[in-house]
Amino acid sequence: MITNLEVNETNKMIEHENLDVRTITLGISLLDCADGDLNETKRRVREKILKTSKNLVSAGREIEEEYGIPIVNKRISVTPISLVGGASCKTPEDFTELAETLDECAKIAGVNFIGGYSALVAKGMTAADELLIRSIPGALAATERVCSSVNVGSTKTGINMDAVRLMGNIVRETAEKTKDSDSLGCAKLVVFCNAPDDNPFMAGAFHGVTEGDAVINVGVSGPGVVKHALEACRGADFETLCETIKKTAFKITRVGQLVAQEASKRLNVPFGIVDLSLAPTPAVGDSVADILKEIGVEHPGAPGTTAALALLNDQVKKGGVMASSYVGGLSGAFIPVSEDQGMIEAVEAGALTLEKLEAMTCVCSVGLDMIAIPGDTSAATISGIIADEMAIGAVNQKTTAVRLIPAIGKSVGDSVEFGGLLGHAPILPVNTFSCENFVSRSGRIPAPIHSFKN
Amino acid sequence: MQKTIITVVGKDTVGIIAKICTYLAGNEINILDISQTIVDGYFNMMMITDTSASKKNMTDIRHEMHQIGAEIGVTIHVQHEDIFNKMHRI
Repeated sequence: MITNLEVNETNKMIEHENLDVRTITLGISLLDCADGDLNETKRRVREKILKTSKNLVSAGREIEEEYGIPIVNKRISVTPISLVGGASCKTPEDFTELAETLDECAKIAGVNFIGGYSALVAKGMTAADELLIRSIPGALAATERVCSSVNVGSTKTGINMDAVRLMGNIVRETAEKTKDSDSLGCAKLVVFCNAPDDNPFMAGAFHGVTEGDAVINVGVSGPGVVKHALEACRGADFETLCETIKKTAFKITRVGQLVAQEASKRLNVPFGIVDLSLAPTPAVGDSVADILKEIGVEHPGAPGTTAALALLNDQVKKGGVMASSYVGGLSGAFIPVSEDQGMIEAVEAGALTLEKLEAMTCVCSVGLDMIAIPGDTSAATISGIIADEMAIGAVNQKTTAVRLIPAIGKSVGDSVEFGGLLGHAPILPVNTFSCENFVSRSGRIPAPIHSFKN
Repeated sequence: MQKTIITVVGKDTVGIIAKICTYLAGNEINILDISQTIVDGYFNMMMITDTSASKKNMTDIRHEMHQIGAEIGVTIHVQHEDIFNKMHRI
């Protein structure tokens, strides 16, 4: 029988330590919606998304009510649109029309984001992939809820440097097109290496081509719970520290697993995976940076930060893997800057630099995430930063991503304000030496030697 | 059987249990277990109940219990048992 102490522990996590399920993401395959005619494609896309997602938001609310656990976001991810629109879209503007259809569907379904305005170009770009990529700035400026991602490299294929070079320009253009809202468009655009097919978190979610018709993926959260648990082991040895993180991650993930199974049952859609990520929000007490501080660094960025983050990431996975039958997505600790109050403070204190963040991405689950950089940063420099991050992913056989926000008209000392879950960010300085001659080479960087495992 | 956990936390006053039990009896919700303590004037109670015979659904029970809580100045949570089982039992 459940005891009073156990009930109180769970409810304290929910009420005081920001324990929540960050997202239920419904993945929908749109492969069967492709048609040679754009209007017909749009009609089919609309019909399929609205039909499949009809009960998503209400089922999420029911689960929240019944178990008393907040489910912060209900979202949709779809098949990469470059595949769906390939037959009917002949110009970037055609693709933008499809983005507008997705935006409309998201509004009707009541979800706050829809992901999958994407292209997978790790090795090469089809004409449709390139059109979609070129349409991204316009599409993100014309829509509110559409999220876009481009996979430009993988351990198996190496890095498509033509796509990396193009993405440097696209990130800048997106920033220009949305400069009136602090270049908000860039917060909805991710460049990936080794992008997972089943990631439920935005902005990088898409429904991979290896997935079924529809699937439920759940992203858990709870950095506040881990932080609070660690307060009880200040000064303790590493074994105690690791055990505490592991046990806490287990408990958090079990809630995610329960919600995923319930959502799957109620929507009659198969359960895919639980993503074991510690996802921070700008709310006080919901910060991954605070965990790093609790482990023992004064601010993230101080020497020791990478080791502390490596430990945290590993223990979260070890605890979480036992709690769920199917684990996937990004799974680990997220280290976005603007979405984490502790990271913002570290930047403001001068403790955290872009270079240190890059080092940290070698041992955590994502990459350079939600980082505002000066508005005059050149496209070539952005491509260089992307290439570095992609190399870390390709060589270390892990997912890495870049979500940079060149804040047009702003420079170091200023900050950008997105509001809500996206938070605000002080602008980080970027190394100003040129990499123009490097990124202007065409072709791709070959796959690393240890990818040849056959 | 559908086990539902009801927790009540707040400043102690006369008649908290009476008010809650009256509601449960009126809605055919059976009480399986109660534990209750008062620390420094603060009332803390957990009940394990069976809601399978009740004609009301979880959402209604939850909202009505919240109202009762507001009337007597305590916080009442009504949750399906599984969230605790999942988290604390392997």
